Amino acid sequence: MVSEAVIEEPKTYWKAPISHPDFGSVGKTGLWRTERPVIDEEKCTKCLLCWLYCPEDTILRREDDMVFVDYDYCKGCGICAAVCPVNAITMVPELKEGE
Amino acid sequence: MVMKTLTGNFAVAEAVRLARAKVIAAYPITPQTTIVERLSEMIEKGELEAKMVRVESEHSALAATLGAAAAGSRAFTATASHGLLYMHEVLWWTASSRLPVVMAVAARAIGAPWNIHVDHNDIMDQRDTGWIIGIAQENQEVLDMTIQAFRISEDPYIYLPVMIALDGFILTHTVAPVEVPDQKEIDEWLPPRRQAYIVSPETNVVMGNLTSDDDYYMMRYSIQVAQEVAKKIIEEVDLSYGKSFGRSYGGLVECYKCDDADYVMLLMGSWAGDAKEALNVLREKGINVGLARIRFIRPWPSEVLKEKLKNKKGIIVFDRSISFGNVGQLFMETASTLYGMTNMRGVIAGLGGVDVKPEDFVGEVTAFVDDIERGEVYDTIKWLLPPKYRNHKLEVTL
Amino acid sequence: MPVRLSDFPRIRYGMPGNAACPGCPEAMGLRYVKMALGDNAVLVIPAGCSSVIQGYEPKSGINFPIMNIVFASAASLASGMKAAFESQGKDVNVVVWAGDGGTGDIGFQALSGAAERNDDIIYICVDNEAYMNTGIQRSSLTPAGAWTTTTWTGKKEYKKNLPMIMIAHDIPYVATASVGYPQDFIDKLRNASAIRGFKYIHLLAPCPVGWKFDPRYTAKIGQLAVQTGLWPLFEYMNGKLKISPFSRLYRRPEKKVPIMEYIKLQGRFASLAKDPEKIKVLEKEIERQWEWIEILEKATNNKK
Repeated sequence: MVSEAVIEEPKTYWKAPISHPDFGSVGKTGLWRTERPVIDEEKCTKCLLCWLYCPEDTILRREDDMVFVDYDYCKGCGICAAVCPVNAITMVPELKEGE
Repeated sequence: MVMKTLTGNFAVAEAVRLARAKVIAAYPITPQTTIVERLSEMIEKGELEAKMVRVESEHSALAATLGAAAAGSRAFTATASHGLLYMHEVLWWTASSRLPVVMAVAARAIGAPWNIHVDHNDIMDQRDTGWIIGIAQENQEVLDMTIQAFRISEDPYIYLPVMIALDGFILTHTVAPVEVPDQKEIDEWLPPRRQAYIVSPETNVVMGNLTSDDDYYMMRYSIQVAQEVAKKIIEEVDLSYGKSFGRSYGGLVECYKCDDADYVMLLMGSWAGDAKEALNVLREKGINVGLARIRFIRPWPSEVLKEKLKNKKGIIVFDRSISFGNVGQLFMETASTLYGMTNMRGVIAGLGGVDVKPEDFVGEVTAFVDDIERGEVYDTIKWLLPPKYRNHKLEVTL
Repeated sequence: MPVRLSDFPRIRYGMPGNAACPGCPEAMGLRYVKMALGDNAVLVIPAGCSSVIQGYEPKSGINFPIMNIVFASAASLASGMKAAFESQGKDVNVVVWAGDGGTGDIGFQALSGAAERNDDIIYICVDNEAYMNTGIQRSSLTPAGAWTTTTWTGKKEYKKNLPMIMIAHDIPYVATASVGYPQDFIDKLRNASAIRGFKYIHLLAPCPVGWKFDPRYTAKIGQLAVQTGLWPLFEYMNGKLKISPFSRLYRRPEKKVPIMEYIKLQGRFASLAKDPEKIKVLEKEIERQWEWIEILEKATNNKK
């Protein structure tokens, strides 16, 4: 006898600690950056190591597996630049000198 | 329907079997042990189709029960005294997660020193947690309340966990004749499990991450609303059970001869039986006394008590527990409803399983009534000492 | 079985916009769990960094259904949850994602209990070697010599050897992994999920904040831990221990990396780095640890 409960809407005022996975649970974390990764598509060999190691899931793959950055959420940690075997990624300061 | 002679613990096990609980996770502690032993036996003999998780502590017991509830299965656990205290933080987490869970508690004194006999401090300690807390007088009521607990807990108006307490040894280990309903009858009366959410790959629900202070406050408010609504639901469930199985107990409070009474005893648990005997003796002596037996301390039945007791000449509350540094908890709760409306006295008795006989109830009520009739109501709290200490000269008399 | 990176579908594995620090190894690890187990998993997360990484209700910054729970109870909640799914006839991966505190200290009782019962769950200890979420206090899994806010002159005691303790529990699967070698971790997750019973994976998670290094080096330090022999990668499956391919490099003289390469990158080892005597002791410890593992590998594989 299957015993999974039926999900039924509560009938009184309901506020409970329930969430769903979604983007931006603490906002647009791209705003945290002090430097941003810039990908040189000429140098990139599509090895996908940057995509693999990115903690934030903000290195994305195009149809041909060329990678690009989701700057809305990239926190600028620099792991992608550090793991790229052909130095195709450079970390560039967000603010230029004097700004 | 079948008549069986059952201990209170076996009555709990029968109720859990009839309710078709699917996951049971419990850790042994006197005097709850035979509940889990009996359930283990039922499972291994094929009388109950459920999974037992033989956890390594009470903290884990309630966590495992909660996990099963979150995954969508009817889950049950049982404990007592120190075990209940050990799982205290999980009690909060369970109620605040709004998942239906049922727990039986064999009410037992707390140490130090070790004491395995009855008192109510362990359950009184859980009043703040958000759980609905019921307590039975006799083994038959234990079975009936445990079945009802599943229905109350899984009601979409409530969605809160429910604990049903039974006095340690006095009910847990004492045999009494109990009418056990048929499985078919219970299947008709107890609806299939409902809950507000399930945590699973299909639902992709996340329970319990951070929230804003404002939202947290409103979640607390939501729990309180459910507790308020539960007052009505508990009464309805009691009546509905009575229609189907022939036994109703009066809802949140059993009022035994209190409508026409001038004075009322207020208490909960198995010693209500002794108090009822005392009541009949007192009435013969011409003292017009009644008994309000609290069946649920949460939600606190303030409206019922106010309506039934506000015009009485005096209420005497018997606490089988103490909140050190202040008064008995049942007294505090009652005072919060009836303050200023009537004379009240609180008696602390029976701690650690000390036996309280009908003559003790007669003595206390007689003294209380005498004081009121003389116009002298002091000694608002009195400690009824165990018999062998009653004649001792104590420096401070409480 | 190795899978080419380009074979992974182009979906979101993480959940951007979460509260993890930049370069966080827990965030990295969670993406690999998604790559290995897909959608058929429920996480059980006790108090720790990953509780906070989820961010604010009504959103959550981790791409899984999650049951958050109090610190000491992750393994037991998972046991109950799995029992429920089993009674419903459902095959769902119930995965504990707990830190070193919630595994080796306050959560140890529940861990040992669930392992002894052989409950069918995957238990991942994501080990950043301190109580990071509460501000870098030491745990029993902090290595000797490490600075923490409760061991200012370096921890005196050695790191508790949880993987060996779990092998002693006689469970069907124990493995060590590192965020520096994601494919190895993903393989191990896949192997684990195919086994019925209690599975334990200990994931080394270098924390830039607590270990004091530039966040860009998280993956590198995760690799150095393995290359220096300090963190041996192995897989103990059905009674047989096997040293993992990336770890075998440690035994090749041309590939072995001196332990100083690992120590000098981390601010928490600043005083250790200045003490050549202690470094020698550490090198001996690493050798001793390797001897043990090699003995186990021989014995469990009946090699002559």
